[in-house]
Amino acid sequence: MFSQSTHPFLEKKRIPVLFGIMAVLFVIVGQLQSWNLSLAILNLCLISAIMTLGANIQWGYAGIVNFGIMGFAALGGLAGVLVSMPPVQAGWQAGGMGLLGGGVIIVLTSVLAVFVWGRIKHITRWRYWMMTAVILSGYLVMRAIVDPAVEAIESIESAKAGHIGGLNLPILVSWVVGGIFAAGAAYVIGRISLGLRSDYLAIATLGISEIVIYVLKNEDWLARGVKNVNGLPRPVPYEIDLQAELWVINLASRLDTDVPEMSSIIVKLTYAGLFTIVLLMLFWLFETALRSPWGRMMRAIRDNEVAANAMGKHVTAKHLQVFVLGSAVIGLAGAMLTTLDGQFTPASYLPLRFTFLIWIMVIVGGSGNNFGSILGGFVIWFFWIESEPLGLWLMDVITAPLSETSALRGHLLASAAHMRLMTMGLIMLLMLRFAPQGLIPETKR
Amino acid sequence: MDSLNALVVIANFVVVPGLAYGSQLALGALGVTMVYSVLRFSNFAHGELMSFGAMITVLMTWWLQEQNIGLGVLPTALIALPVAMLMTIFLALATDKVVFSYYRQKRSESVTYLIVSVGVMFTFGGLIRFIIGPADRVFTDGQRFLLKARAFKKMTGLNEGLAIKTTQGVTIIVAVIVVALIFWFLNKTKTGKSMRAYSDNEDLALLSGINPERVVMITWIITGALAALAGTLYGLDKSYKPFTYLSLLLPIFASAIVGGVGNPVGAIIGGYVIAFSELFITFAYKKVATYMLPGAWAPEGLVQLLSTDYKIAVSFVILLVVLLIRPTGLFAGKTI
Repeated sequence: MFSQSTHPFLEKKRIPVLFGIMAVLFVIVGQLQSWNLSLAILNLCLISAIMTLGANIQWGYAGIVNFGIMGFAALGGLAGVLVSMPPVQAGWQAGGMGLLGGGVIIVLTSVLAVFVWGRIKHITRWRYWMMTAVILSGYLVMRAIVDPAVEAIESIESAKAGHIGGLNLPILVSWVVGGIFAAGAAYVIGRISLGLRSDYLAIATLGISEIVIYVLKNEDWLARGVKNVNGLPRPVPYEIDLQAELWVINLASRLDTDVPEMSSIIVKLTYAGLFTIVLLMLFWLFETALRSPWGRMMRAIRDNEVAANAMGKHVTAKHLQVFVLGSAVIGLAGAMLTTLDGQFTPASYLPLRFTFLIWIMVIVGGSGNNFGSILGGFVIWFFWIESEPLGLWLMDVITAPLSETSALRGHLLASAAHMRLMTMGLIMLLMLRFAPQGLIPETKR
Repeated sequence: MDSLNALVVIANFVVVPGLAYGSQLALGALGVTMVYSVLRFSNFAHGELMSFGAMITVLMTWWLQEQNIGLGVLPTALIALPVAMLMTIFLALATDKVVFSYYRQKRSESVTYLIVSVGVMFTFGGLIRFIIGPADRVFTDGQRFLLKARAFKKMTGLNEGLAIKTTQGVTIIVAVIVVALIFWFLNKTKTGKSMRAYSDNEDLALLSGINPERVVMITWIITGALAALAGTLYGLDKSYKPFTYLSLLLPIFASAIVGGVGNPVGAIIGGYVIAFSELFITFAYKKVATYMLPGAWAPEGLVQLLSTDYKIAVSFVILLVVLLIRPTGLFAGKTI
């Protein structure tokens, strides 16, 4: 496919050409299917691009294998609920004290555990058992305090509330808070697991992200678990209000579309604008970081840890730094996604969609290159959505010689929807084999 | 009498399901461990490989049922199993030829293999859903129980019943036979010994004239067969649903790592450790406590450490604890 930077001229042209092709694809979808769909895809492409930027600074800059992207995105989504929903006063009254008490017990147990761990260094044989005893008794005390509180909270208007609610702040605040949530989690996770070998780290982060999702699914007091939180407040106007505005009606008649369609397009464009601002800011930030001494140091660590260590760089600390930073960006994107959806649905967080698909975006786009990450996010999400109609059309063409009632034809057409998993897998394998640097390779600096 | 009743409750809800689930995990972990010790990477596609094997069994079972071929009390799937194993071996070998062998030639780092195996996972997952669809399939037939709860009560005169499903019995017996065969192969045959030598020290093995491609081929053959077996047994016991095999991957990795990656004995023990911890930690001890404690002390709640919703999460927690405290696992790993 593309050879690595043989022609500087081609190299310079590649980025505008590839992004140009992407723009044309959006226009084609807009014309052939609908502009509403095209913009819906665009919005998710923007969010995917931000997640990919986050994953890219972990893998592309520093070589950290984070298979826990899903967990950080979900924590960002949780921030959307905890920031924007109105607080459930009755819930706080019923169980607030219990929850706070439980939190205090957790902190006390952790402090006690660390203290005891230090004090019993000499008792090698019983050390682990004593630690287990400390943690287990702390856990049981915590459960005794928290369980009645949780039950009380969950029994309050369980059909529509049954959780503690949020802070009633504008949902845009949650984008920052989501980043902070993810960063905090990443700090703890990084502190304990960044020393692991790459494949153990991959498995550990995957496991942690699954635990996060399990907690979100089952702790109803927090964000209603699998009952979902719907109707989050929006940062943009509602379609129904726009439809009453005179300028929308005029614009619709001038562009020859109906008013509901027009209002929906305007809403999506507003979202796209907000997301683009965030994306551009992050892109500028990361490009600057990559050019700075910090970026050179990260690349040095990635390419030769031992040498970087010998030069006096604290490898583990820098790894932790970049892990926290990347995860914060993923958390931010997670909060943006919840904002766009207007709801928080823990059951929708699947590793295939939230962890491995983002990895494909990083690989296909070009690890280590921010342009590449954005392009990867766009291309992969676009085909993730469009491979279904494309696959259906392709199957229709392939099976055209078969008779209308053929069982094989029916099966193939019905299965076309599952083409996208295979397509993604094949794209990833082909890229890794023939163009491992990705669509836009990392620039040699 | 009361303590016997309590024991039966534990046997019925923890020991029997734990042995069956543990055997399934052990067979899966054995496959992961084989690939790890010879090819030196964690194979994320192993779950889907298991799923593929189970899918072939399901399809074969349907066909056999149409032809009215069956095993009477035993599930028909047992006849279909050899075919599924062959097909899965073929898929594993083909994947190695088309995908992994290139990176072996290039002597890529293990991270590269890891990411490549994610691509393979996607491709397999798509292939499976394309062929059989994402729906839930029950394909077990024959007699449902080896031992019914009511029959057990009548036999022993106890209040509590003990039930053993046929699929559970089949799982445990098959697992014992297969594990015995694998250990015989690794320890007694020349090929098995050459595999152990290769995994222990690659360069030394090459020097002594061991053909690496042959070792790799045999590894994939064993892995494919084990994957088909583990996938089918799990599907028989629960039900076949392509989606579940990705979530099964983590308990399997956990089993392999807890036992010490690369160590087959460790993989098997790890499987049971994970299975029993999941069940013991999420088991509601109310009934047991009611039997064991004097009447006045009988508990009101369920007496459960963690709700059953967190069953699989338990294995992830154990995995993390082991990774952090003793990354080499219970038995030092890295050699077959």
